[in-house]
Amino acid sequence: MNRIAVIGVGWYGFRPTTPEVSFREMVFEASSRAYADAGNINPRNDVDSFISCQEDFWEGIGIADEFAPDQIGGAMRPTMTVTGDSLQGLAHALMHINSGIADIVSVEAHSKVSDILTFSDIVKLSMDPIYVRSINPQNMHFIAGLDAVKFMERKGVSREDLAIVVEKNKKNGLSSPRSSYASNIKASDVLMKDFVVYPLTELDIAPFVDGAITVVVADEETAKKVKKDDYLLISGIGYATDSNNLETAELGKAEYMRIASEMAYKMAKVNSPRKHFDAVFVDDRYSYKELEHLEGLRISEEPVKDLREGNFSPQGEIPVNPFGGHLAKGVPLEASGFSLLLDAIDYIRQGKGEKVLVASWRGIPTFTGSVLVVEKP
Amino acid sequence: MKVNIHLNKRVAIIGAGMTLFRRRLLETPQEIAWEASNKALEEAGLELKDIDCVVIGSAPDAFDGVHLKGEYLAHGSGGIKKPVSRVFVGGATGVMTAIAGWYHVASGLCQKVLAVAEEKMSPDRPHPQAVFRYIWDPILEKPLNPNLIWIFAMEMHRYMAKYGIKKEEIALVSVKNKRNAINNPYAQLGANITVEDVLNSEVLVWPVQLLDVSPVSDGGAAIVMTSEDVARRYTDTPIWVEGVGWTLDNTEWPGRDLAYPRYVEFAARMAYKMAGIERPDKEIDVVEPYDPFDYKELHHLEGLLLAKKGEAPKLLKEGVFDIDGDIPSSPSGGLLGVGNPIAAAGLMKVISIYWQLKGTAGKMQVKRPVHTGLAQAWGDLMQAGTVIVLRN
Repeated sequence: MNRIAVIGVGWYGFRPTTPEVSFREMVFEASSRAYADAGNINPRNDVDSFISCQEDFWEGIGIADEFAPDQIGGAMRPTMTVTGDSLQGLAHALMHINSGIADIVSVEAHSKVSDILTFSDIVKLSMDPIYVRSINPQNMHFIAGLDAVKFMERKGVSREDLAIVVEKNKKNGLSSPRSSYASNIKASDVLMKDFVVYPLTELDIAPFVDGAITVVVADEETAKKVKKDDYLLISGIGYATDSNNLETAELGKAEYMRIASEMAYKMAKVNSPRKHFDAVFVDDRYSYKELEHLEGLRISEEPVKDLREGNFSPQGEIPVNPFGGHLAKGVPLEASGFSLLLDAIDYIRQGKGEKVLVASWRGIPTFTGSVLVVEKP
Repeated sequence: MKVNIHLNKRVAIIGAGMTLFRRRLLETPQEIAWEASNKALEEAGLELKDIDCVVIGSAPDAFDGVHLKGEYLAHGSGGIKKPVSRVFVGGATGVMTAIAGWYHVASGLCQKVLAVAEEKMSPDRPHPQAVFRYIWDPILEKPLNPNLIWIFAMEMHRYMAKYGIKKEEIALVSVKNKRNAINNPYAQLGANITVEDVLNSEVLVWPVQLLDVSPVSDGGAAIVMTSEDVARRYTDTPIWVEGVGWTLDNTEWPGRDLAYPRYVEFAARMAYKMAGIERPDKEIDVVEPYDPFDYKELHHLEGLLLAKKGEAPKLLKEGVFDIDGDIPSSPSGGLLGVGNPIAAAGLMKVISIYWQLKGTAGKMQVKRPVHTGLAQAWGDLMQAGTVIVLRN
């Protein structure tokens, strides 16, 4: 597998609501910016294939891919939808390029979550209709609660530790223009809150945001022609599903991250991830998930110890979500992986590091994760 | 799109499996997916543990009534502790699933891929048509509450009007495909019907009548795709993927020429270029065009450049597309005869070609020797075309 290069990124939104645009206008804005960032390429001539990452029920449209082509420039071109996190879409882009059918691919993902009136009911529809949905769970976070308790017991994580994650990420978010939910909050503020579902309070759970992100990737040779040396490399990519059946997936462990990261590390020839990376951008839509994912990614065998010692802070040994992660920025549905990738790109472009890890999760009730190894050429 | 004429890696299909296509299967969607997957693995001589990656295809989520349907189907498709993803282009998803399986292997990411398509439409009450109320532009079209058959009636009418085609000529597709389906052990609606039967069937939206339309179905289909060296180890008769193509037209269907599927032509040209096909009407030995409506088979045969614009009905009448004709079309019985579990129906078309080229199509086997076959699917707001060319 050849590496692929990120040659352009564009985004719009990252706010709880975006009433000034439709989802299509939002994607148009993000795509226009991405094509400008990619050296003012013309998608109608220069992009070989287009991928949209979306799910029907989030969109409120049956067959949502009908509305994919126009705003990304993909009409009458090879355009398709990957119903998954944007990083899974990026994996398909890598395959388009490596199979030889494309040199440049545009990947789009977006969230217009502010249009959704009954979010938790939609999440309930993603639970197994016979074994889980039929018990009519009153709180969509209950699976996260079960997972969190098992993880915390196994690794000796306390409620205070989760609060430290929230404090760290919400403060880190103050350094990013995309952070709608950043604040100078203290761990004690988190501990004072009531539980939404034990052991998680409202502040342990990342809120949702509207946003659209388009990423343009190319094979390295084309990237050099288009952007000289101003591009980043995806040197490893992996994605995996543990099991989507609650009763057969491994609770308390991010097994999907372990499998996905092994795939990405193998591709990128990463032997010691802790030493290899300058920073980690990892899904933290529940505070405990940051720690659980770091274990699955083999970044930390004892994430609590590292957290308490400050090793995950922006000045620490291995910064984790130095721009705030989802707890500060919110969760833009299928664009979640790309929102972490955006942070990673900013981190490298700002000269803070050269090799970073990006890891995304699809959220409740899935056990699916995707991992990218991003580095300067 | 850049088309790599010298493909990086050859990809073969070495196993295929299907469930029965029926109006109401008792199995859950996960069980349907597993039955098809299991059969495909068995034919390939592989076990689930041998599979590197799983690709899932399924059309609107609302059919199964499950959000994040790819995740849900992952379990039934054997996608546990593996890279799994779902691809989606509405009704064209079935062939797109095979295309995605192809590029999983052709890219070098995986050696052995299980590509699975499933659709269970029977949970929809009172009828899956209700799901199609939500496929329209929410601002411009939804307030009109259009019905899916309504827009296909417009398209069929336009096709007939532009080329002076009669309903009797179009009905011959339904007669041919339902007759072919009698030989297909998986088929839901094989029958010996006549043109008169079609013309006397209930009018749904003129000119679309009941027997112009494929039935609503549940069903699953799966194939195993591998790299060349793996294929050589497991079979003496691999069927090679020689060309793939897909195109999505713009969203605004009312602004299009409804008489001709240009997106199918674009997808076909991409696949032909990759497969080195310059005269498709001379080089394609057997074809499975997407036929949810009888006129669509004719429409697609023209888009695939197997007939000139407006001339497919004439060739049909001459027997060119019969099972013993020059270019047998839908020898499986197509969607009109086998059934239409949306995504699974598209992959069924790929499997049908695979069986034809392998020589294991049984009673469906076309009379003349075949070496190059094509499967095609269509979907979305009359805007998606997917094409795959196979050779033995």
